[in-house]
Amino acid sequence: MKILVTVKRVVDPYAKVKPLADGSGIDTTGVKFDINPFDEIAVEEAVRQKEKNADIEIVAVSIGPAECEEQLRKALAMGADKAIHVETNDPLDSSVVAAELAEIVKQEEPRVIFMGKQATDNDHNQAGQILAAKLDWPQATFASNIEFDGDRVNVTRETDTGEETLSMPLPAIITTDLRLNEPRYIALPGIIKARSKPLEKQERKTDVQPKTTVLKLELPPERPAGRKVESVDELISALKDRGVIE
Amino acid sequence: MSRVLIVCFDRADSLAAIGFGQASGKPFDILQLTQSAAEGTGAEKIYSLGLPTFPPADYLANALSDFAKEYTWIAGVSNMRSKDVLARLAGKLDCAMVTDVLSIESEDTFTRPIVAGAIIATVQVHATPVVLTFRTSGFKAQPTDKASEVIEHKFDWQGVTKRLSENSRGGGRPDLAQAKVVVSGGRPLKDTETFEKVIGGLADKLGGAVGATRAAVDSGIAANELQVGQTGKIVAPDLYIAAGISGSTQHMAGIKDSKVIVAINTDPDAPIFDVADYGLVQDLFEAVPELTDKL
Ligand SMILES: Cc1cc2nc3c(=O)[nH]c(=O)nc-3n(C[C@H](O)[C@H](O)[C@H](O)COP(=O)(O)OP(=O)(O)OC[C@H]3O[C@@H](n4cnc5c(N)ncnc54)[C@H](O)[C@@H]3O)c2cc1C
Ligand SMILES: Nc1ncnc2c1ncn2[C@@H]1O[C@H](COP(=O)(O)O)[C@@H](O)[C@H]1O
Repeated sequence: MKILVTVKRVVDPYAKVKPLADGSGIDTTGVKFDINPFDEIAVEEAVRQKEKNADIEIVAVSIGPAECEEQLRKALAMGADKAIHVETNDPLDSSVVAAELAEIVKQEEPRVIFMGKQATDNDHNQAGQILAAKLDWPQATFASNIEFDGDRVNVTRETDTGEETLSMPLPAIITTDLRLNEPRYIALPGIIKARSKPLEKQERKTDVQPKTTVLKLELPPERPAGRKVESVDELISALKDRGVIE
Repeated sequence: MSRVLIVCFDRADSLAAIGFGQASGKPFDILQLTQSAAEGTGAEKIYSLGLPTFPPADYLANALSDFAKEYTWIAGVSNMRSKDVLARLAGKLDCAMVTDVLSIESEDTFTRPIVAGAIIATVQVHATPVVLTFRTSGFKAQPTDKASEVIEHKFDWQGVTKRLSENSRGGGRPDLAQAKVVVSGGRPLKDTETFEKVIGGLADKLGGAVGATRAAVDSGIAANELQVGQTGKIVAPDLYIAAGISGSTQHMAGIKDSKVIVAINTDPDAPIFDVADYGLVQDLFEAVPELTDKL
């Protein structure tokens, strides 16, 4: 069984980022990049499934500039068998990503695709669902547990009010949420060893254009500074004055 | 003529729809999947499905793709169910989607937060229809007295996903996303019992909802659906009380629109104090029970 895992290169989610002065993009001076945390969970899940079932082959794919190779190497170090890099400097939105991924699916014919629920740079939360619609495959977003069962897969997923378990026929798309697993730590030898694993470069296969354009980026309005109170009593009277408690 | 469809999964969604519908400046209809729509939404038509529970995304997106395609905007409250279903619908309609709309700037331009709310992006879409999910905090409105035409509607359902089980918690407290008061706890809360007693106790005293940080959820102290933040729920209550929460960017992303933020933390330099209206440097295990008692 082949699992396709998608990997996006994003600004370090723990970095403090701000817009460029002219609002045309994110100021990335001095900011590290990393694999999107939800995609790291997706790779980890594929590797854990492979540990249970040796027949699994894991193909990681990333779309974007030359530097995406770093994130693909990390995926290989975590345990992916092969990586595909669709190298492009084009502006991408989730619909372009989904269109390109649909081409990779034709080529690789995976039984299942693991994706992140959202990219932590643009916070879109779209690509998995759009790809599922394009392929007309069932989807389970926000997954917290995945179990394969013959030609079906059972996925427990987070909902607004709790959780639910879905059973889907394969092929299917699953997007990961935080509780699915905790990705392993990769020691340096793993990353070095991964250098010998195959990483294929490809060109874009579609000319799909983004359906959205970012016109400008700005800082959000700042909250006015507050003050410290000395005691619970002072807090209660301040809150009464503000009219938020009786 | 441009027209808006607001997809409402339950009654609470239909209440939140009022503000967005009005802000759109366009005539709008509601598709009400479960429960009945609230009174006074201002919608022209309410297509009511009366379902006991809403079906998985493949069924819903299939049904909606035919129904919704004549609308200019197809919108839903920003929550997990709408992101699940409406993004799939955008894929089916091969149209643009804007997630987490904060404001409508013009016919084709919207603002939305990115990188955990650290930046606000102004986004333009190039064609209609457009699929949108909106943050309710930007679209507050009062119910109107305009009557809506209610139409019983049925779909011809098609899909392949089977739901094996469903587990809704909630436990009688108000819904986090709608609550007027939210009390949240972080990592120091130790275990579920302590969390429920200390945080739940204060929330109940205030008639509020309970929230948590990811650290609290990860360590099993709080249920997943209570997570507030970039990758959890977005809240906008009148009063947000954060106890034992450091104030990570990811957590702040979910609470910035609260009217008043209170932080209780032993570390006077915790980043949460930079955004809190009122900060109390004290052990939460003393301060929170005292607060609960004195209210
Ligand atoms: C991709 C990604 C997404 C994320 N999404 C979210 C999200 O949606 N929501 C979220 O919350 N986090 C999210 N996080 C995690 C986030 O970065 C922080 O790790 C998390 O918010 C920290 O939780 P905390 O404040 O409970 O814990 P800590 O940061 O450990 O803070 C605990 C605080 O409690 C104080 N304290 C300790 N003892 C006491 C006491 N007795 N009384 C009073 N105060 C005390 C300490 O001084 C400290 O400030 C995300 C992270 C990533 C990478
Ligand atoms: N450029 C990309 N390359 C590979 N995967 C991507 C890319 N962009 C998005 N994805 C995948 O789609 C998921 C959702 O992205 P988004 O819709 O942008 O929030 C991410 O978690 C990734 O798994």
